[in-house]
Amino acid sequence: MHDFFFYLFSALTVLTALLVVLCPNAVNSAVFMIVSFVGTAALFLLLDAFFLAILQVLVYAGAVMVLFLFIIMLLDVERSSRVRPDVVTVVAASVAVLLLAFGMGYLFLTGHDATAATMAAVPQVPGGANPMEYATASRAFGYGLFTKYMLPFQVAGFLLLVAMVGVIVLSKRLTGSNEAGKPSAQEIRESEVSQS
Amino acid sequence: MSTVGLNAYLFVAGLLFALGFFGVLLRRNTLVIYMCMELMLNAVNLALVAFSRFNRTMDGNLFVFFIITVAAAEVAVGLAIIVALYRKRRTVQVEELNALSN
Repeated sequence: MHDFFFYLFSALTVLTALLVVLCPNAVNSAVFMIVSFVGTAALFLLLDAFFLAILQVLVYAGAVMVLFLFIIMLLDVERSSRVRPDVVTVVAASVAVLLLAFGMGYLFLTGHDATAATMAAVPQVPGGANPMEYATASRAFGYGLFTKYMLPFQVAGFLLLVAMVGVIVLSKRLTGSNEAGKPSAQEIRESEVSQS
Repeated sequence: MSTVGLNAYLFVAGLLFALGFFGVLLRRNTLVIYMCMELMLNAVNLALVAFSRFNRTMDGNLFVFFIITVAAAEVAVGLAIIVALYRKRRTVQVEELNALSN
């Protein structure tokens, strides 16, 4: 049963990720992206990471992709998004991805197994940096966040604050310089183009 | 018990990462490039959770928590930058954003 769900959801995730890349329409890409994130959340469930699965659906499929869809709608990019990528781009991207796939296939087919035995052979670091005990309950998350990862947790909170302030500053309309009669960089460019 | 091991999950994660990479190189729309970057972050999350599950340690799971936090902050700031860029240049295609190239 586990196997069946693994194959189902990994196929779903990978196929929708492929459609994200290949869809010419940005809105379609975003919607396929949501499906891909939900598929990943299902894979997290199969890996016993229940809390992360919920977080994935709430944060990624919920907040982040709604933000993306909102911006796509706001910017009205559809009229200019039909530009076909040129041949050099397609060839370069395909070569890069084929190299990546070749390296991955080489690793997996030549039996470089990352089994639990080889991973357990990693030496333990002295001084409290040893790995934490595994648990599936979300209680273990809270415990880890408030003991071993206290400093990164605080830094993450501060990062969110910085991001919030930064977004507010960025989205404020900077009308001061334009209303004072000074042309913006875009207008200077356009006047140069029209003169030449 | 299931026969799906760590390698299968890592293969899926690598495939997702490769697809995100492909999208970043191939697509010309800044918003779609951004989405493909999220795809790559997501692939790394999957690999970390798989390692954490099969290695019986909690640290990978906690790391994913931080990656999700940073990715959310990054999306907010990045989309604000894209909106500011669109206001200035009226385009989100990377071909037309070539002010530094000549």
